[in-house]
Amino acid sequence: MSTITRDGVSSPAPAKASPAGPRRGLRGSPTLNFWIFTGPFLAGLLIFVYVPILWSLWLSFFEARFTVTPSTFVGFDNYVNMLTDEDFMGSLVTFTVFAAIIVPTTWAASLGLALMVNRLRFMKAFFRSVFFLPTAVSYVAASLIWKMSIFNGVRFGMANTFLGLFGIDNTAWLASPDPPWYWLVIVSVRLWLQAGFYMILFIAALQNIPQELYEAASIDGAKPGWQTFWHITLPQLRATSTAVILLLLVAAYQAFDEFFNLLSKTTWGRPPLMELYYKALGESQDYGSGSAGALILTVLICLVTLLQGKFLGFGRGEESK
Amino acid sequence: MTTTTTPPADRADRVAVSAKPRRVRTGSVIGSTGLYLATGFAALLFLIPFYLIVRNALMTDPEITGEEWKWFPTDIQWGNISEPFDDPSVDFARSLWNSAVVGVLHTVGTLLVCSLAGYGLARIPYKHANKVFYVVLGTLMVPTAVTFVPSFVLVSSLGWIDTYRGLIIPGLFSGFTCFLFRQYFLGFPKELEEAARVDGLGYMGAYWRVVVPNSLNFFAAMATITFISGWNSFLWPLVIGQDPSAWTVQVALSNYMTGQTITYHLIFMATAISILPLVFVFLFLQRWLVQGIAQTGIKG
Repeated sequence: MSTITRDGVSSPAPAKASPAGPRRGLRGSPTLNFWIFTGPFLAGLLIFVYVPILWSLWLSFFEARFTVTPSTFVGFDNYVNMLTDEDFMGSLVTFTVFAAIIVPTTWAASLGLALMVNRLRFMKAFFRSVFFLPTAVSYVAASLIWKMSIFNGVRFGMANTFLGLFGIDNTAWLASPDPPWYWLVIVSVRLWLQAGFYMILFIAALQNIPQELYEAASIDGAKPGWQTFWHITLPQLRATSTAVILLLLVAAYQAFDEFFNLLSKTTWGRPPLMELYYKALGESQDYGSGSAGALILTVLICLVTLLQGKFLGFGRGEESK
Repeated sequence: MTTTTTPPADRADRVAVSAKPRRVRTGSVIGSTGLYLATGFAALLFLIPFYLIVRNALMTDPEITGEEWKWFPTDIQWGNISEPFDDPSVDFARSLWNSAVVGVLHTVGTLLVCSLAGYGLARIPYKHANKVFYVVLGTLMVPTAVTFVPSFVLVSSLGWIDTYRGLIIPGLFSGFTCFLFRQYFLGFPKELEEAARVDGLGYMGAYWRVVVPNSLNFFAAMATITFISGWNSFLWPLVIGQDPSAWTVQVALSNYMTGQTITYHLIFMATAISILPLVFVFLFLQRWLVQGIAQTGIKG
């Protein structure tokens, strides 16, 4: 590091003169180079992430319908509106139910697939590809298959045809919130789309577990199977599991695509993002309330993330055991 | 059995290629058959949706909506392939083109901007680098989708609605991608760059001539992930592409689904066409992709 600084000091001037020259590239000080490297990204981050958030904060204190330069200051009214808005609060409940189902099921499914694939002796790459392939499919396309072919609620739908074999009547999967069959559709589509991706993370982690641990356990008399899984594999996967759960939660918060495409014409089962979409960009174009809702959501996400970190120890690094 | 112990070195790199069996189960033919049966059944479930797309795309509508479920078309309708392009209600070809332009520029731009920043944060000694890193980390706490209302407000006041600029530029600055690049560069062997600098290259020179050429695997993996997420993204293009001429393929598909008349085989053919390029990219680049994901540092 010290040599770099000396070089920088000794020849700062020709740096800009001949940037193409192989011997004298941009050799200015580390500080200058640091900003050349990170500057464009930081500028973009400030303009397209920080400025909108601050603007949103400002808008959230104003009456702002159909305009982004409002003049009527309303204090915390928008926040009160959103927190007493049944639809918005209902969307938080929808999210909670959604996360409570999708996070554990994806965790279990991706871990299960990883354990299976990892134990295969041949055709490993083939099966891994099959489970991973849905990652390439968009939520829109997958929703389309689910809504129009598998769970379309009429006789020719695949699920109903299959259930018909057992004499079960047609089920209108998406047409009514009672009984809430739409959850099955929503959850299964996301499970199909994302399980393979997290499976890869688990496979990588499984292969990082030192083989000696299993050997030592088997010398100590542990039976392969449930015992070694419970006492060795699972504890060794702790860091990965924590990361996966965190990623799943964040992804669940952002759920929009499949809800929008599967339930677009219904009034139930709207996650927060969809509710905000209708609030801010729908008929009323209420940017003030939309902004307040976005900020409430942001605070919630930060809280959940921090709490999760506290309980599960995300970011504490690998535990040596 | 004892020979199966894998050496701990370069584990991550080999994840994709061929991992030796973790645990050789002694002679349990039944267990092994059961394992293959279970895996095969799960694989079948995972493949059914793909099959359904192809099946529906190559059937006639009466056959799809018939009383009886058919696994195979009686007469494969190859003529269906051109239908999405002939359909006057949605300019499908245009939406594919928009997606291609957006996907490619999004990928190139993101890799350029994020890899430079990741390198700067990982390797250039600057005393406030940590503070700058916190500015980046801060955005990870706020999922990008939550900022869509304020971002929309900003982009619309810039007059970027219905433009490629609006579709592409706001998405280039991904804190997460930058973070992944930083993690990667932290693990890049320092000796190579130092040798390059001793030979007289500046930071930029060393970066382009030494670091990037030696990181092509990681770049390829990140490019694949970025392209897939760009091609598949929906909310932002939905908000920005208000005029049909600015629709991406995902918005076009969504529009078919909620449209007045539903032509099943047309919709499924369009879906198949929208997925096909990605499936190819995916199968072709899978090895890099898996390595890249395994290397991203979220493996624990």
